Amino acid sequence: MSGFLSSSIGRKFAMALSAFFLMIFLLQHFAINILSVFSESAFNKASHFMGTFWAVQYLLQPVLIFGVVFHFVMGFVLEIQNNRARKIKYAKNNGGANSSWMSRNMILSGLVILAFMALHFIDFWIPEINTKYIQGDMSGLHNGEFRYFHELEEKFHSHIRTIVYCISFIFLALHLLHGFNSAFQSVGANNKYTRGLKGFSKIYAIGIPLGFIFIALFHHLK
Amino acid sequence: MALDSKIPQGPLAEKWTKYKNEINLVNPANKRLIDVIVVGTGLAGGSAAATLAELGYNVKAFCFQDSPRRAHSIAAQGGINAAKNYQGDGDSTYRLFYDTVKGGDYRSREANVYRLAEVSANIIDQCVAQGVPFARDYGGLLDNRSFGGVLVSRTFYAKGQTGQQLLLGAYSAMNRQIGRGKIKMYNRHEMLDVVIVDGKARGIIARNLVTGEIERHSAHAVVLGTGGYGNVFFLSTNAMGSNVTAAWKAHKRGAYFANPCYTQIHPTCIPVSGDHQSKLTLMSESLRNDGRIWVPKHMKDVEAIRAGKLKPTDLAEEDRDYYLERRYPAFGNLVPRDVASRAAKERCDAGYGVNATGEAVYLDFAAAIERYGKEQAHVKGLDENDPKVYLPLGKDVVKTKYGNLFQMYEKIVDENPYETPMMIYPAVHYTMGGIWVDYNLQTTVPGLYAIGEANFSDHGANRLGASALMQGLADGYFVLPYTIGDYLADDIRTGPISTESPEFDEAEKSVRDMIDHLVNNEGTKPVDYFHKKLGKIMWNKCGMSRNEKGLKEAIEEISELRKEFWKDVRVPGEATEFNEELAKAGRVADFLELGELFAKDALLREESAGGHFREEYQTEEGEAKRRKEFQYVAAWEYKGEPKDAVLHKEDLVYENIEVKERSYK
Amino acid sequence: MNLTLKIWRQKNANDKGKMTDYQISDVSPDMSFLEMLDVLNNQLIEKGDEPVAFDHDCREGICGMCSLYINGEAHGPDRGVTTCQLHMRKFKDGDTIYIEPFRAKAFPVIKDLVVDRSAFDRVQHAGGFISVNTSGNTQDANAIPINKHDADKSFDAATCIGCGACVASCKNSSAMLFVSAKVSQFALLPQGQVEATDRVLNMVKQMDEEGFGNCTNTGACEVECPKGISLENIARMNSEYLKASLKG
Repeated sequence: MSGFLSSSIGRKFAMALSAFFLMIFLLQHFAINILSVFSESAFNKASHFMGTFWAVQYLLQPVLIFGVVFHFVMGFVLEIQNNRARKIKYAKNNGGANSSWMSRNMILSGLVILAFMALHFIDFWIPEINTKYIQGDMSGLHNGEFRYFHELEEKFHSHIRTIVYCISFIFLALHLLHGFNSAFQSVGANNKYTRGLKGFSKIYAIGIPLGFIFIALFHHLK
Repeated sequence: MALDSKIPQGPLAEKWTKYKNEINLVNPANKRLIDVIVVGTGLAGGSAAATLAELGYNVKAFCFQDSPRRAHSIAAQGGINAAKNYQGDGDSTYRLFYDTVKGGDYRSREANVYRLAEVSANIIDQCVAQGVPFARDYGGLLDNRSFGGVLVSRTFYAKGQTGQQLLLGAYSAMNRQIGRGKIKMYNRHEMLDVVIVDGKARGIIARNLVTGEIERHSAHAVVLGTGGYGNVFFLSTNAMGSNVTAAWKAHKRGAYFANPCYTQIHPTCIPVSGDHQSKLTLMSESLRNDGRIWVPKHMKDVEAIRAGKLKPTDLAEEDRDYYLERRYPAFGNLVPRDVASRAAKERCDAGYGVNATGEAVYLDFAAAIERYGKEQAHVKGLDENDPKVYLPLGKDVVKTKYGNLFQMYEKIVDENPYETPMMIYPAVHYTMGGIWVDYNLQTTVPGLYAIGEANFSDHGANRLGASALMQGLADGYFVLPYTIGDYLADDIRTGPISTESPEFDEAEKSVRDMIDHLVNNEGTKPVDYFHKKLGKIMWNKCGMSRNEKGLKEAIEEISELRKEFWKDVRVPGEATEFNEELAKAGRVADFLELGELFAKDALLREESAGGHFREEYQTEEGEAKRRKEFQYVAAWEYKGEPKDAVLHKEDLVYENIEVKERSYK
Repeated sequence: MNLTLKIWRQKNANDKGKMTDYQISDVSPDMSFLEMLDVLNNQLIEKGDEPVAFDHDCREGICGMCSLYINGEAHGPDRGVTTCQLHMRKFKDGDTIYIEPFRAKAFPVIKDLVVDRSAFDRVQHAGGFISVNTSGNTQDANAIPINKHDADKSFDAATCIGCGACVASCKNSSAMLFVSAKVSQFALLPQGQVEATDRVLNMVKQMDEEGFGNCTNTGACEVECPKGISLENIARMNSEYLKASLKG
């Protein structure tokens, strides 16, 4: 087992596992965010729970951060290896004839998502950490009310931020459109359920980012 | 030197067993001290190399391709025969033996053929154990199909690529030994001479095709599994690189060359499309199981078809001439290859060819599609009389059987064979002649062996379909490993063979002289010019039918062409680099000598037998006429120019089979 | 047809190499692509130039020797064929055709368009076989019935001709399709089970050592494969590899 993670298949498997984990997180993230469309208080309660419950904060959050870092670091490692596997490039290469744009540009869509995450961290996560762990205010209150919903609304006042978020979600969709399917292939899914899983992955890849775009626009236009 | 075929005494069916019981064996510890060179990695060479290495010998294997898996055995399509009698249709070792001798027009050696039939069943067991994915039926057991010239279904197959699957089997066995270090593999190496020390084959001179280096390799015995020489015709179904060089160099060093004129012209190949043609593509003979061969009955229809005014599918049934079914009612479209080829030529020579060049006949699947379609419709409970129902069903059946062949045809000809009949014409495919070997597969040079298509022994004057794969693997897996042990048993104390000897010096020098001459020649014409010209002479005068006048002309013309070649060939580039033209030039130089011997052999053989058809010797119905006085193997000894070659005869004795007129009527 | 050819010329492995332009006229649509190159080469030889070196042998799409990256695709624009089966009718008069070698670090160029694919051989030396000696006493071929579906799938995997188009087409130069076809052929048969664990571990190890890239499941290999080897084989190898790794 020691050589597993240094083998090409092992690394791809790990890539897929981290991807599955991130996709579950994304689904959960989406589920809470969509609450903001329907009910301010539900959204606030859920946010407060996630932000203060010890198991989420001290167990899941580090795992999540590890997952994210692992996924993109491994992504870069593989990309560098893959680039090295062909020293002289083709003078003419017709990649469109045999593969999708998404599949050939995972590193590009990945980088856009990474940049987005930087923005997203600056917007939400760093202020959260600052409030909770540096200033030590674990109440989740601002002027006597839960602050989460208002912080969310505030961020989506800006046109530019909303546009940047929407574009990022499009890239997320492109990344998922290939990535989700690809993860099944990497873990060796090859049975009668595979086709169904692949259909589901397409729905997920388009549905979730579309949902996020909806939430962003909803708050922007409100 | 008188030819001694070394056939063991005793009843036919016991010869091989008795032989195996009586030969000398080499003990395992001593095998480690013995080196064997195997040249060629097709079915024969590959299986021999793997088996010898398993036994413990140190094997050095050579191929000119970039991997052993690419040897031309890979292209065999239809199948491999074996007397398994899985179908319970009356097959037996004797019957396979009988069919092979009869199919070969009574020009093969009884004892060798019987041994071949005897080990045939082992081949299938061995290949399945190696993981060769043969076709299976729904019960999970092996499936069989029937092939031309026989009345039983004994052919095992893997769709239309049996050769590739069997070769991958042998190659995987080699891989195992390469991984263990028991085979040292030399890819992209071409053997250019065999080295004889004290009368025994002790090594080879090879050229590294990547660097151009000339290398010496020594061994206690040398095995040639270098295939046939069909490319002497330029256009053939052989691979572009298939050549006679290794065999010819062996011939020049004392190995007799037997029956060079026995060439198989395969009836179902895609016709020539123009002067640019570089090779011909075979369509498996298995197509004749379901395809019906015909030409129009009337000249006016032929003309209309050629002019594009009439589609073959529009021609009424009664206006078609299914000439094989007409002439040979018992075997119909499943007559042996030589008979089918000559019949096609006869129709085309009479003017009934159906394409622009007049050299094509139809191979029609309409009847099979209808028959299978109706069967399927019946099984599925659909309307059996509605063409809209049964035609797609029938096409599906044909597709599962021959899909890859149909696709190949469509890519090359740009016509859809499901809708319109295929056009086919005979092409050079296999050479039954080759290096003369005795029962041990040893040539007339001690320690030099020839296996597979490279030798002459088992197919007589005509090979039956699906027997080439059988012979190659029989020789390599089950025959040579025994017979060579008997010879090597005397070599356990010899020690390593040095490459520093006058014999190696001389052989290397002759190779270097030849190469230097070619690269420094400063002629004007590329190698292909000469090869194409040679091919034309061979096809026109030594092809499907031959006559005294043509053969005499061919001898003169080839000899002239050879002189011109050495004077005027241009080989660009240098000797010390990757130089395909140089490799080609060396091969064509040898073809130019072999071609002449071929014609000489054909001229001598004043009879018709199998693939050799002399116009002067035919029956009233135009069938081949064998002559008792030619019931011998013509083995030629090299004496300088091909015209000076000396004939040695090995009489063929048939004790277990009655020599009859071969009839498929 | 008249064509402009842009061909990669490289004298030997150490040469830098470059694209060179050639004009060729009177090309017949019935010619195969390699026959067109034959014509070019004979013209070059007659002019006193060096012909273009390219690999080829059987010219009927089964030996896997021919290669060439034509107009940005392995084996050219047609599907389900090798370069030797590609016909000039797929091109138009006046076309410019780019002809390059299969490119991968693991396939170094030998000369012009000829590359060294012995990495494939080495992967198979590592485990591409079932260890059975030749004896003549092997059990009867029909002793183990094999489900037709599995036998057919094994055959489909075994149709791989080892040409390297998968590596050439892959943006990562990954050899996964090739190696997985070899692994699958045996993994699907009962005969292959005994050595299944070592086989997949050793073959993948060798594949990685040869310097092929990682599979990112773009599927380009499957599209360009002249024999239509399915991506399913890669999934199968992945799960075989996982199973084997767990077993140790």
